[in-house]
Amino acid sequence: MHQLTIAEIIRGLRDRQFSSVEITGHLLGRIEQLDGNYNSFITVTPEQALQQAAAADERLTAGGAPALCGVPLAHKDIFCTEGVRTSCGSKMLDNFTPPYDATVVENFNNAGAVTLGKTNMDEFAMGSSNETSYYGPVKNPWNTNCVPGGSSGGSAAAVAAQLAPGATATDTGGSIRQPAALTNTTGLKPTYGRVSRWGMIAFASSLDQGGPIARNAEDAAYLLSAMAGHDPKDSTSLYRPVPDYTAGLNGDIAGLRIGVPAEYFSDDLNPQVAARVQDALKEYEKLGAQLVEVSLPHTHLAVPAYYVIAPAEASANLSRFDGVRYGHRCEDPRDLRDLYMRSRGEGFGEEVQRRILVGTYALSAGYYDAYYNKAQQVRRLIKQDFVQAFEKVDVIMGPTTPSPAFALGEKKADPVAMYLEDIYTIAANLAGLPGMSLPCGLVNNLPVGLQIIGNYLDEARMLNVAHRYQQVTDWHKASAA
Amino acid sequence: MEWEIVIGLEVHVQLATKSKLFSGASTRFGAAPNTQACAVDLAMPGTLPVPNEEAFRHAVMFGLAMNAEIGRRSVFERKNYFYPDLPKGYQTTQLAQPIVGPGEIEIHLEDGSSKKVRLHHAHLEEDAGKSLHETIFETHGHGMSGIDLNRAGTPLIEIVSEPDMRSAAEAVAYLKKIHSIVTYLGISDGDMSQGSMRCDANVSVRLKGEEKLGTRAEIKNINSFRFVEKAIVVEAQRQIDLIEDGGSVVQETRLYDSDKNETRSMRSKEVANDYRYFPCPDLLPVELSEDYVETVRSRLPELPDAKYARFQSEYSLSAYDADQLTQERAVADYFETVAKESGEPKLAANWVMGELAALLNREELPIERSPVSAEQLAGLIARITDNTISSKIAKQVFEAMAAGEGDADAVIEKRGLKQVSDTGAIEKMVDEVIAASPAQVENYRKAEEAKRPKMMGYFVGQIMKASKGQANPQMINKILKEKLDALL
Repeated sequence: MHQLTIAEIIRGLRDRQFSSVEITGHLLGRIEQLDGNYNSFITVTPEQALQQAAAADERLTAGGAPALCGVPLAHKDIFCTEGVRTSCGSKMLDNFTPPYDATVVENFNNAGAVTLGKTNMDEFAMGSSNETSYYGPVKNPWNTNCVPGGSSGGSAAAVAAQLAPGATATDTGGSIRQPAALTNTTGLKPTYGRVSRWGMIAFASSLDQGGPIARNAEDAAYLLSAMAGHDPKDSTSLYRPVPDYTAGLNGDIAGLRIGVPAEYFSDDLNPQVAARVQDALKEYEKLGAQLVEVSLPHTHLAVPAYYVIAPAEASANLSRFDGVRYGHRCEDPRDLRDLYMRSRGEGFGEEVQRRILVGTYALSAGYYDAYYNKAQQVRRLIKQDFVQAFEKVDVIMGPTTPSPAFALGEKKADPVAMYLEDIYTIAANLAGLPGMSLPCGLVNNLPVGLQIIGNYLDEARMLNVAHRYQQVTDWHKASAA
Repeated sequence: MEWEIVIGLEVHVQLATKSKLFSGASTRFGAAPNTQACAVDLAMPGTLPVPNEEAFRHAVMFGLAMNAEIGRRSVFERKNYFYPDLPKGYQTTQLAQPIVGPGEIEIHLEDGSSKKVRLHHAHLEEDAGKSLHETIFETHGHGMSGIDLNRAGTPLIEIVSEPDMRSAAEAVAYLKKIHSIVTYLGISDGDMSQGSMRCDANVSVRLKGEEKLGTRAEIKNINSFRFVEKAIVVEAQRQIDLIEDGGSVVQETRLYDSDKNETRSMRSKEVANDYRYFPCPDLLPVELSEDYVETVRSRLPELPDAKYARFQSEYSLSAYDADQLTQERAVADYFETVAKESGEPKLAANWVMGELAALLNREELPIERSPVSAEQLAGLIARITDNTISSKIAKQVFEAMAAGEGDADAVIEKRGLKQVSDTGAIEKMVDEVIAASPAQVENYRKAEEAKRPKMMGYFVGQIMKASKGQANPQMINKILKEKLDALL
């Protein structure tokens, strides 16, 4: 039953092949039995899940229930869940139980989806290996000596290990796409503003975007349809109607113009990964698409610009964790300064502290122009690169990551090597564009991801493009479980 | 040496919106601590700000009233610093692109002269919460501090002037002008005692004729007009004494101690805060259309300057009276009602600025809660003009009205204060006083013609006393003169 896709679960529930309580119970049992190997969940909520499942079964019996009614899912522990501890992977919030739901969670709850639990993640979503979590690293179901990627490593691993058919995730610099690539799952980072950020604990507000990780594009379409939409509680959410993303699947892609940027096939790219990506591009040609060379000349500036802007925003976003109102507070503070210094020093891990320091530095008097302002200029240039490319093409394709999953501990001591994991994904965040990763092969029995970057609000087209590929290939069906 | 004082003011005005700048929580003053702070105000994880449209409208109204440029595109920034009453660890404010740009207003001084003061800009920002110390010792234990976040997120406009003022009196006149503009617009209650309006004064001194500005000190959080005046006076004197003694002024933040009437340095340990401003990524730039601004403009009420000019032309008031009566919209409205109902603008002005102001001052009441309504005062003035009572008796009637004894007519009736204008009755009183004052009559007879009118004062006084002040003074004068002159 755990092998079922979301689309299959939806049909199974409606055809009374099984109930929501049954599949929910089955997956909870699997999590209980297997997650010790992966550590993909921080919190499992069996009681609540079974209650939700029972309620969903009633709705399904009554008829007229939304598509996702009764479908069990997992939420990244960055999304606030009313009454359920939301840690953001940090000691700082180990004791934090929000009195409200994130809009994304609320949307799924309203749709009748079932929450299995909260998935592990890099602390405050800062990391590309899931090793910065206060709750320990997540292990890649394809090889438990390898990282699953990050920061949404728990969501990706849970889906790859068939502990959940789909999960929510967030992507600030590649945190949906990179773990999706490393775990053979399909992940979509929507256009900035497509999915509400309310209740999603902020890392870098101008870059953060929630999205789904699932087993294929069709499932991702189901999840995105429920997640997306304008939210009056998020001033940056887009005031645009949400299409039914599943309705646009199966469209013909003959004549589709696929941009292939030379910059995404540089020396940094593992040749075997390059070969899998080239194979995928050939598959698209067979489907009638046309490959067009495009240039994104400022690609090499994306990582440096990102590592100024994201930490700068984070340095302010994380100031609220001061031990005064909630979260970790040090024992017996001597005075205010001691309260701040020890609460934050104890509550935040090394990588989070590093980024707060980097961001604080970048915004400091005398450095602001050289760093923050310059990075914003670069950001505009990167956006401009894409605008020009999309004058000629419908989507852009390339690798999601420079290499397959790396070993646990391999890059932990070398932040810059870790940051370069996101070399192909960061630009989409800086430009606010939607990006996807889908499985396109294996290298040494480790998954490789094909990245699709779409134009603004072009998620429906991207999902169709991905779905067409998955109709003619089986890579996404390869299972670690 | 002749010194010149240079003053620029930063005035924080709390806007009278129902909810906060970025959340739906109420802004009402005086609720129990932390009962008006929602998840956004508490900076709970994942919460986001949503701008309050009403606050923008208020800020635009203010900008238009200040003859200022309106920032068609304004940007919120984060001002970063740690403090327990600042839940997010940053204040959301505006810096490079404020909602209100440069402008200019005219202030009216005591001597009847006017002066222009330039506005540098005004920006929207959120207020912080309040730290409670001594006040919670009893309930929470000695040495404890509490945080009340009811005020956190309350919308403020910070109004920054150019350093255009040259005396404490000018600074107060400017502050009063800001006060009258915001209260006229109804965008703030302007109540300084509740912190709805707070003032920081930048004060420096220089030798007269010098063009370069001296080093300034910033006096923080002055909370009354009177203290603004006193703080500036003592701070300027401190700087002058310092320089004359061979020292120099340090740029710093100072606090005014009203008990000791002195300013003293604060935050000396925290040198040069770096607030690391940057545009708030949770809020998009706000763009205002020309239509929007024009709509707001078309709905502005009559402003103090326009009223000031109109009161002079329509009611023939002096510049001074017009200024006094237009500083507060409620006072202007009160006066105008009295003037119209009584048809006597000059008398109305005298009464409003005289007896009424004294009464309100004594009772510490705002004019909105005056025990004597504008209609009642107009009724009293009508009794003066129709000679029912004299001005002197009117004051007595007014006090009775203030004490709740009813309208002028009721008081006059009940207390029997109607002016005696009956010729027979007055003649009788005159005769009696003349008969009882042979010595004074003799003196009068002997006196020179020119001195006699003055000598009548004694008799008038006696007659008024006999009539308990109710005899018509013009009639007393006429009858008395006839009778005395008949004795010559």
